[in-house]
Amino acid sequence: MSEKVLMKGNEAFAEAVIRGGVRFYFGYPITPQSEIPEFMSRELPKRGGKFLQAESELGAINMAYGCGAAGGNGFISSSSPGIALMQEGMSFLCGAEVPVTLLNVSRGGPGIGSIQPGQADYNQVTRGGGNGDYRIPVFAPASIQEAVDILYEAPSIADKYRNPVMVLADGLMGQMMEPVMLPEPKHAFTSEEIPAAKPWAISGSEKGERSVVKSLRLQPEVLEAHVEHLYEKYAEMEKELEKVECEGLEDAEVVFVAFGTMARLAREAMELLEAQGIKAGMIRPISLWPYPYRAFDGISQKTKAVISVELSMGQMLQDINLGVKGRVPVRLIHRVGGMLPTSLEVVEKTKKILEEVR
Amino acid sequence: MKPVFTVTKGMLPVSTSYCPGCTHGVAHRIIMETLDEMGLLGKTIGVAPIGCSVVAHQFMNVDMCEAAHGRAPAVASGIRRVHPDKVVFTYQGDGDLASIGMGEIVHAAARGEKFTTFFINNGIYGMTGGQMAPTTLIGQRSTTSVDGRSREQAGMPLKICELLATLDGPDYIERVSLDSPAHIRAAKKAVRKAFEYQVAGKGFTFVELLSTCPTNWGLTPTEAMKRMREEVTAYYPLGVYKDTGKEAE
Ligand SMILES: Cc1ncc(C[n+]2csc(CCOP(=O)(O)OP(=O)(O)O)c2C)c(N)n1
Ligand code: SF4
Ligand SMILES: [Mg+2]
Repeated sequence: MSEKVLMKGNEAFAEAVIRGGVRFYFGYPITPQSEIPEFMSRELPKRGGKFLQAESELGAINMAYGCGAAGGNGFISSSSPGIALMQEGMSFLCGAEVPVTLLNVSRGGPGIGSIQPGQADYNQVTRGGGNGDYRIPVFAPASIQEAVDILYEAPSIADKYRNPVMVLADGLMGQMMEPVMLPEPKHAFTSEEIPAAKPWAISGSEKGERSVVKSLRLQPEVLEAHVEHLYEKYAEMEKELEKVECEGLEDAEVVFVAFGTMARLAREAMELLEAQGIKAGMIRPISLWPYPYRAFDGISQKTKAVISVELSMGQMLQDINLGVKGRVPVRLIHRVGGMLPTSLEVVEKTKKILEEVR
Repeated sequence: MKPVFTVTKGMLPVSTSYCPGCTHGVAHRIIMETLDEMGLLGKTIGVAPIGCSVVAHQFMNVDMCEAAHGRAPAVASGIRRVHPDKVVFTYQGDGDLASIGMGEIVHAAARGEKFTTFFINNGIYGMTGGQMAPTTLIGQRSTTSVDGRSREQAGMPLKICELLATLDGPDYIERVSLDSPAHIRAAKKAVRKAFEYQVAGKGFTFVELLSTCPTNWGLTPTEAMKRMREEVTAYYPLGVYKDTGKEAE
């Protein structure tokens, strides 16, 4: 049954994927998400699942590949540098069309950077750090409830497209507590059910056709056809997975674009601005790929500036500009390194920007 | 009349793409014949990572997947979690297992993972055209050690059976060679023992098969066999390095 409980972000994320059908977890400790492997090591064995602490993130992503290729619903959580180490694997999973659910509770960079919240993984997760033509859907929830709802559906999306699916949260969301409605558990395939449910999987069963899962295609025409096939799938995903929330665009003088916890901060700034007689609107991309470019067509003639509020040096600006198409000036309000802007700081900077563009 | 030779159902009816005299084909055959003889063909999942044998799935008649270079033991560990009752094996080259994939193999062995690893040690990076491997012998020429590998420049070759035998995780470790009919028969016995242990529910089993790469050794197939028999086995002694079944007897 579904139930309402007060939960810490990281534990709610883990509970949500289990309810979404995940039975296998692979991971390597890294702050700020270590509560997830801890939770999984306690919970999965009780629910007919298995927990395996990997020797590294390279190990984790490849264990998840084996699990997915064998027909299991696997889950990996990590944070920025760990996600970086998994990129070869992600490219491989996409090429071999193997599903997995990934969670990146992101932190500051470059390098080991810091353990404080950051959003500077934007390019890493939307552009992909692995080789070749591939795409991974990325969702960036702004509340624990939204994260739970997305993580609950993610394993089914991964299975449907036979592709990895990623959820991007940040350290703030992992640590905060909020009341959440937990959805009813979905059915998880047993190993006996896999050959019928996923005939393509390598299940070592006499099911007539032999299964092979692979990403190497040495003949150019074969690889070309395969990549075209992948891109037909990605085109479907672009149609079906795009998610965005728009607010007050009709009469906004300024429009914020923000995702994750920065969207919550931008919300506060909108109210403070409204009290000072400045109408602000917001575009909140929930899917970072596919990016909701069309939402920017809803920006009105009254809007004087579009402002990205980000915890990075402006990595999302490229996508915003693709959406805005030069119709309105685009600006950036940001902090990095684990520093967070206050809503007042956002208000003051917004007013300066408005003076400058008027 | 009883046929003296039949083709195993374990191998698909196609010719392999390996070079003439390469022992990858022999290794494939004894593994697949054993699975066939044990009635395990429909219950087995194989993992072949990058290396000349990444195409093994075209020849081995079982469910298979490829793996990224070095990562087969992690992949097999994931498969094993989903299918606890199947037979799982990895088939890895020496560059793959002893260099880029050292972390994965050591940890899979230490965890006592219930799968079998076949380690095809030909002392060279075959697929990429004959560069020095971590197992290349001192004095052996390769495209990245044209005057022969030296200790000063590249250190000493790795002895994987000996190294893994220091761990408490594995149940069976043996090194065999594919240089002669007698040694091939012995190799097949080792393959069988590994699978028997796996079916019996024991932990990690490992068979190193000393192999030839005539193409990149710059030798004829016959010369390559001779080199393996004389030089390679001198550095990599054949034998059982660990057998918990024996110890228990
Ligand atoms: C990450 C990565 N690095 C390098 C390579 C290139 N590569 C392909 S096969 C190979 C060597 C394989 O040698 P070995 O494992 O000994 O197998 P063999 O071909 O000798 O049987 C290398 C280095 C790769 N495919 N992926
Ligand atoms: S290059 Fe060497 S290992 Fe590869 S197929 Fe040819 S002989 Fe065999
Ligand atoms: Mg080799």
